[in-house]
Amino acid sequence: METGVSKFNKFFYTWLMLFVVWLGFTTSFVPSEIITGVFLSFTIAVFSYKSFTQAGLKSLSPQRLVLMVKYFFVFVRALVKANLDVAKIVINPKLPINPGIVEFESKLTSSFARMILANSITLTPGTLTVDIIDNKFFIHWLYVTGTDQETVYKEIAKQFEDILVKIYN
Amino acid sequence: MQILNYTGYFFISVGAVFLFLGGLGILRMPDLYTRLQAGTKASTLGAMSTILGVGLLQPEWLLKIIIIIVFIAIANPLSSHALARGSHKARQLPYLKDEKIGDAYESETENSEKNKEEDK
Repeated sequence: METGVSKFNKFFYTWLMLFVVWLGFTTSFVPSEIITGVFLSFTIAVFSYKSFTQAGLKSLSPQRLVLMVKYFFVFVRALVKANLDVAKIVINPKLPINPGIVEFESKLTSSFARMILANSITLTPGTLTVDIIDNKFFIHWLYVTGTDQETVYKEIAKQFEDILVKIYN
Repeated sequence: MQILNYTGYFFISVGAVFLFLGGLGILRMPDLYTRLQAGTKASTLGAMSTILGVGLLQPEWLLKIIIIIVFIAIANPLSSHALARGSHKARQLPYLKDEKIGDAYESETENSEKNKEEDK
């Protein structure tokens, strides 16, 4: 875990993020609303900054932002493909499924990155994360093509993990 | 802003189709896990797409809608993960067409339970 981040750094990052969400929800620039938002996000950040972030302001470096945008596009493509795949299976009268639970090991060290990977896996073609124990992922797979860890890793996680490793490790 | 309106209607219709397919999937799949699969994916994209369509019809809501979409993208897979994990702990075993493929999670949890008993 990243421990060398100062309290102030974490707190400021939390404050900023909460304020951005506030601006998104109110979508107005009336002074009174902005002042309320600054005050509210400050109060919430005081209580939540410890569990809100591990990396602090470093998360906003341009390098990370570019990778995040890239991740977003990879993710949307996989999401649409997942839905078309499931739709095909559901419409097919024979219901061609071959389910099973498989496992693979992830290289990610940060728990937040693991959470993102697990969520992405759940939303992509025919796979559903059942559990994470340490760095082992257990995946329910709708159409199993191989049970050894390397095939599983290549088919399911590689496209996401390549980017996530660059962002969080 | 005709074009924006039509794209909005397009996204709403796509969302409706996917929500329908998700429902059909829940009806046709053989067991809990495969049903979760159909339910999660289709309903996530369906809901996102419908909401995005509404956002395009009402551009002043777009920022709020983007935030809601991010929340859906985080919360929806988390809840299905919780359901899958919970039902596996309650001994609801997955349907297997081919016994060879098996259930890696089953053997893992059995091992860890045995280890705990040995530790005692």
